[in-house]
Amino acid sequence: MEYLDNILFAIVLIFGVGFFVRNIKKIRRNIFLGKAIDRSDKKSERWANMARIALGQSKMVRRPVAGILHVVVYLGFIIINIEVIEIIIDGLFGTHRVLSFMGGFYTFLIGSFEILAFLVLFSVTVFWIRRMIVRIPRFWNKEMKGFPKNDALYILYFEMVLMSLFLIMNATDVHFQEMNSGNPISQFVANLFNGMSLETNHLIETIAWWLHIIGIFIFLNYLYYSKHLHILLAFPNTFYANLNPKGQFPNDKNVTKEVKMMLDPNVDPFAAAPEGAEDEVPEKFGASDVTDLNWVQLMNAYTCTECGRCTSVCPANITGKELSPRAIMMKTRDRLEEVGKNIDQNKGEFKDDGKQLLNDYIMPEELWACTSCNACVEECPVNIDPLSIIMDMRRYLVMEQSAAPQELNMMMTNVENNGAMWQYNQMDRLNWKDEE
Amino acid sequence: MNVPTMAEMMAQGKQPEVLFWVGSAGSYDDRAKKITRAFVKILHKANVDFAVLGTEESSTGDAAKRAGNEFLFQMQAMMNIEIMNGYEVKKIVTCDPHSFNTLKNEYPGLGGVYEVYHHTQFIKQLIDEGRLTLSNSMNEKRVTYHDPCYLGRANDEYESPRDLIRKLGVNLIEMKRNKNNALCCGAGGAQMFKDAEKGNKEIFVERTEEAIRTNPDIIATGCPYCNTMMTDGLKAVNKEENIQVLDIAELIANTEGL
Repeated sequence: MEYLDNILFAIVLIFGVGFFVRNIKKIRRNIFLGKAIDRSDKKSERWANMARIALGQSKMVRRPVAGILHVVVYLGFIIINIEVIEIIIDGLFGTHRVLSFMGGFYTFLIGSFEILAFLVLFSVTVFWIRRMIVRIPRFWNKEMKGFPKNDALYILYFEMVLMSLFLIMNATDVHFQEMNSGNPISQFVANLFNGMSLETNHLIETIAWWLHIIGIFIFLNYLYYSKHLHILLAFPNTFYANLNPKGQFPNDKNVTKEVKMMLDPNVDPFAAAPEGAEDEVPEKFGASDVTDLNWVQLMNAYTCTECGRCTSVCPANITGKELSPRAIMMKTRDRLEEVGKNIDQNKGEFKDDGKQLLNDYIMPEELWACTSCNACVEECPVNIDPLSIIMDMRRYLVMEQSAAPQELNMMMTNVENNGAMWQYNQMDRLNWKDEE
Repeated sequence: MNVPTMAEMMAQGKQPEVLFWVGSAGSYDDRAKKITRAFVKILHKANVDFAVLGTEESSTGDAAKRAGNEFLFQMQAMMNIEIMNGYEVKKIVTCDPHSFNTLKNEYPGLGGVYEVYHHTQFIKQLIDEGRLTLSNSMNEKRVTYHDPCYLGRANDEYESPRDLIRKLGVNLIEMKRNKNNALCCGAGGAQMFKDAEKGNKEIFVERTEEAIRTNPDIIATGCPYCNTMMTDGLKAVNKEENIQVLDIAELIANTEGL
């Protein structure tokens, strides 16, 4: 029975990692339900963007308070997790602080982890206060009711508990405290346990150790269900983000083909379609469901951590309109998840559920409130592009359903008839030069 | 005003240095026409050899594209491209950031590859090259500058317009939200041509109030649509008597007495 702990640990490890890998595969599958888009160009610029924006958090610190605290949590997360290597080795082989042979360097590392853990605890507490006491408006928009609101809090609680367990684990390691090196924070925590016996200390240490590692695995697996996937997806998301000027909206290639045919005087409009031509007709212009979007847009949806910076700068949202760029991303993800589950339940085939992204999730009123000002795109700390989804859905509304607001239909009729958005004669275009 | 067309130029066997793309607003909107004329006066003063398409110009299709009508956009674009390529146009300048953006970024993919300038970039170049000199000052008038989205965030041009404003000897005061954080005037994305969706405030009022907080004599901008919106904003809060909304071309033309 002496290997029971180690076996138990191995099982936790295998399930923890295995379940996580399974869900990651599911996310990957869902993302690639999106249409193809080539983002394999300009590799060096892409790497640079990823290094600067995801790794370097350059866009986060545009809002200094949240930004700097976030950098602390981020560094803490990455650096303290080095400790997990030791935990896994200890767990599997029944060793205790296996890396402590490194001596001074080891205590330096653990000491740094402790300071970071304390700073993370502090930052996360400030985050909680900002959400719940200060009630910063972007955390209280209407799309943040129910699970999205609780989700954010669960994650903060998780981090608080994990950091506390790490410090308690060190504080109750009596031998480690006796070395009195590498314990800049836990030495104070240790005061709480001073009066207790060696055995009690050891028991608390063991429990804290186990809860800490199990907590990490639970957190890892909670990621998939939470809004917290950005800790992984921020990297590919910034890498594959659009590099063109933000004002450049893609020209639909299928439309180009048709327009060229319409403008070509040599084309016989009554000619029979050539063999196989029917396959070339695009099934749909624009997007009405998630599978009409491209895979980068779907990855955007999984990457969104619902911070709401986009919504807080959206002119439509600021002035009380229905549109919230964050909600566009959340709804896209919700629908994508629904489609993914549908595929899982129907042996790998999507079975029509009579729903789609448009109308069942995103309403035309939201789409028509957008001024295409790019404030949301500019603001997103991980280069998510809600505007591209809005525009693709507008294309569907207009080109497939002719469902533009009446005034826009009039504007477009004018452009068609007289080459201007207003009802003026094209022959009057130069009249301005003789007025005054 | 002496405004040659490309057709007239061609008839004389001449190729102008630059095509001035007037745009639909600049051609038809009474307020925007003043901007167009102010810019032409500047072109004249700098002896720029330019021409317009005149009645051969048609909507760029930008508004249609932002409204979701990709068909109409590409129809317009291809017709315009055919005409411009026919005249072997190489260089374009326009006072409208929306035309600027679509001509610069979206026309190349459809066969229309040109060097495209916003008029503030073009005027700045004229000054840098010594072809235009500004000799008068606006005597420390308080000016705030509203960034048009399609010049600013869409194309990262924040400095050319500001450089010009500073050259006029004014006191340039920034709004709280400026440059890449600037708030939209509310006209973009084809909103200009429809009523706003249901909400609790007009975007142009929100933005104008922010501009007013800088206590300006003049709100400067570089877009005919922003101009309309900011003017409407001033009317909404009854400040149109105290504060002017002017395009940078107008600031220059007025100051230089053109």
